[in-house]
Amino acid sequence: MNAIFLILAIVTVLGTAAAMCLRNAVHCVLALTLGFTGIAALYLQLSAQFVGFTQIMVYVGAVAILAVFAIMMTHQPEPAKPPTFSNFWVWGSIVAAAVFSVLAWAIHHSSVTRQPPTTQVDINVQQIGVALMHHFVLPLEIMGLLLTAALIGAVVIAMDRKEETK
Amino acid sequence: MNSLQNYLLLSSLLFSIGLAGALIRRNAILVLIGIELMLNSANLNLIAFWRFGPNPAALTGVMFTIFSISIAAAEAAVGLGIILAAYRHSRTTDLDQMNSLKG
Amino acid sequence: MTWIVKNLWLIPALPILAAGIAALLKKRSRILSAALAIGSMAVSFLLSLCAFAHVLANHSADQVQTFNFGWFQFGNEWLQLGWVLDPLTAVMLVMVSFVGLLIFIYSTGYMEHDENFTRFFCFLALFAGAMLGVIIANSLLLLYMCWEIVGLTSYLLIGFWYHRPAAAAAAKKAFITTRIGDLAFLLGMVWLYNKTGTLLFYDNGAGCLEHSALIHLVAQTTLFGLTLSTAIGILIFCGAAGKSGQVPLHVWLPDAMEGPTPVSALIHAATMVAAGVFLIARIYPLMSAQVGAALSPTIALQVVTWVGAITALFGATVAVAQFDIKRILAYSTVSQLGYMMIGLGVGGVSVGMFHLITHAFFKALLFLGAGSVIHGCSGEQDIRRMGSMRKFMPITFAAYSAGMLALCGFPFFFSGFWSKDAILHAAHNWSISQAPYYMGAIGALLTAFYMTRQMYYVFAGSTHRADTSTDTAHHDPHESPAVMTVPLVILATCAVVLGFLGTPAWPWFQSFLEGTHATFTLAAFKEAGIVPVMFCSSLLVVLGLGLGWWFYGRTPIASANEPDNLGKLQPQIYSTLNHAYFVDAIYDATLIRLNTFWSKLCDWLDRWVWNGAVQTVSYVVLSLAWLDHFVDSYIVNAGFDEGCEGVSHGGYLLSLLQGGRVQGYMRVIGCALIALTLFLLWGAK
Repeated sequence: MNAIFLILAIVTVLGTAAAMCLRNAVHCVLALTLGFTGIAALYLQLSAQFVGFTQIMVYVGAVAILAVFAIMMTHQPEPAKPPTFSNFWVWGSIVAAAVFSVLAWAIHHSSVTRQPPTTQVDINVQQIGVALMHHFVLPLEIMGLLLTAALIGAVVIAMDRKEETK
Repeated sequence: MNSLQNYLLLSSLLFSIGLAGALIRRNAILVLIGIELMLNSANLNLIAFWRFGPNPAALTGVMFTIFSISIAAAEAAVGLGIILAAYRHSRTTDLDQMNSLKG
Repeated sequence: MTWIVKNLWLIPALPILAAGIAALLKKRSRILSAALAIGSMAVSFLLSLCAFAHVLANHSADQVQTFNFGWFQFGNEWLQLGWVLDPLTAVMLVMVSFVGLLIFIYSTGYMEHDENFTRFFCFLALFAGAMLGVIIANSLLLLYMCWEIVGLTSYLLIGFWYHRPAAAAAAKKAFITTRIGDLAFLLGMVWLYNKTGTLLFYDNGAGCLEHSALIHLVAQTTLFGLTLSTAIGILIFCGAAGKSGQVPLHVWLPDAMEGPTPVSALIHAATMVAAGVFLIARIYPLMSAQVGAALSPTIALQVVTWVGAITALFGATVAVAQFDIKRILAYSTVSQLGYMMIGLGVGGVSVGMFHLITHAFFKALLFLGAGSVIHGCSGEQDIRRMGSMRKFMPITFAAYSAGMLALCGFPFFFSGFWSKDAILHAAHNWSISQAPYYMGAIGALLTAFYMTRQMYYVFAGSTHRADTSTDTAHHDPHESPAVMTVPLVILATCAVVLGFLGTPAWPWFQSFLEGTHATFTLAAFKEAGIVPVMFCSSLLVVLGLGLGWWFYGRTPIASANEPDNLGKLQPQIYSTLNHAYFVDAIYDATLIRLNTFWSKLCDWLDRWVWNGAVQTVSYVVLSLAWLDHFVDSYIVNAGFDEGCEGVSHGGYLLSLLQGGRVQGYMRVIGCALIALTLFLLWGAK
């Protein structure tokens, strides 16, 4: 077990756990950001540099900010503060614990996953670009379409319709 | 050296935490964040398998992850848009109170 | 085939067509209806004259001209109809159309005040057409069909004033009584067809009245040893007896006087009742057919003679005691029809037909005269309430006298004398018995007697015995208009003139019918028995007239309520005669009662047995329907409702799974993930 991995793992887990437990929503998002950063570092350790930086740019830089925006826009006045956890939090936690235990048991039981990495990986952005344009061009185009649709859809859904009389 | 097993355990732990958050929290936005977390853990899983897999030069794992990140971002945008529209309709983000589809 | 023989069918067809058009007219189209009837009758009369002239021109022994055609085919056989033109046909056509025409003209005056004028002429035209059809028919079937139509029109016309119960009952009685005779007629007709295979009278040797068929019929015998020809002849005679009012089927004729007087004149004096006599004349070859030479008359002809004789006497005796002017004439008609039958039976076709022709004219004259009297007396028909009519209606009186003398058979000048004398002469020479002669002679005496009685009651006297108690607006009787008196005069002329066509000195009529040539020979009077018979009959007539004067002419009849002078002598017998020997009452007690019982039985059967069966079936169906309803509403509906309830409840239970909360659904997904993973793990092992 590598020490760097251990430290990064602990940071990530603490961050995400805090994101799920804190009362204030904005605190949650900030903790989540920490968790995302930890995951990005793990990507870097796994020699997936491009993915790691993409993770930071997209998740930390966009999704978390988006969540903060949404929290601000749905902000409730102080007196009407709902409790943090839902009424059925016990069942939820049981289910989550069960899921973890099953997955962990499955991973532990498997023999494939014990060996260390064999080869040295050295990829650069050019290789990724070439792969995108050659082998994966169709998913790329579809992705573009999907992003456009999602953009327009999100705008339409979230648009303020008060001035429309129809 | 780190084995694959560690990374998988970590990703499953992250997945469970995300799932717990989605199941436990009252605020709709925080549920969405839990879902994002689940997606992230899946991405980690993919990269780990790519790194420890037989043919890392094919870049399959990386590509998959890149697409997953894009989709997750789009989905987060749309989901938050929906939450905003729902908030405008019912004046609350409390999921326990949004049960009008109750049978 | 000459033009007239081919188009002989026009003679009956035109009046029937006129009747058909008149049936569609409205009540107020009186002139049109009368014009149609009279016009068609006039044309038929002219055509009849053409036919007569044609027969006259082609006068020879073998002179039957026919036109036959097939009506329809069944199997290999054709049912054939046709018409025949022979002297018998020609003479009847002229008589019927001429008398009919005169009576039609008379009716326009008589029925002027009746509101159903149009309908009357429609029926009259229909009758005329059917009667002419009977005359020209060459097929027994066609004759029967027209016979039935004649019966129908008789019913319609007797019951013309149908809202009077007496008239309606009389019409029904006439129809039913003649129908009984017609049943026997039909039996005879079917039997004839069965044995000879044809119903045509004359068919170039193949007809049923021609030699080959008659030989065949005479050869076979049937019940009681009668030959087939005799048996069939008797059956057909039953039909003639019904239509011609022979005893015992005479009961309808007096009641038929309920109809208007022109109807009585046309139908029940001159033509329809003569149809029976005509029928016997038509099938005379059948009735007189016998094996070998004619030794004695056939049994069929004997039956005809005896029935005729009884009828002649019966009618004459009853007529003596009647008080209704038309009833006297009705019974007189019955009696004269008996004479005609005697004539046919003893003397042959020409003797009977001569009396038929002369009788038609003077009886129609008498009826029309009676109608004139009734019209003048404003509807009064009882002779006790008439009197001194000769002062008020001189023309009618003159014509009526002519008719009366013709009926009585006053010697030399009147036709009735010659025709009745021919009958009496033939009866005197009858080989079987002299009884018909004596019955006929007594009948002649009585005829003179009752006619004189009627004349004295109606026309003589100096005061009119009208019933002033009920008739408040009484006015004196008046002479009838010219449209009524002119036919009377014409008929009176014929009643005188026609007699000279059949005298023994110049037997033109007989020779016309038989196809021989007649010459005027006074020496014919010297033939055996003619002069004595003539002398006897003349004596009887004078005796009858004298008796009539003795009882009714010496002292004038003072009041209407006075009993009859003859009745004073023998009230019991007189009352029996007045009620016509109570024949109607006897029929009522026996046959009518039987019929009523039978119809009540059938009604019971219908009401309880057939109706019960139908009701039972309907109840079974109703109970099945009730059962079906029960099953449907309690079993099917309940089951269906329960099923729907179950589905509903199931849906409700399933809906409980929908919490409406997203996190609940996600929990479920989480559990599903666990399950899936475990499954894959265990599966992989």
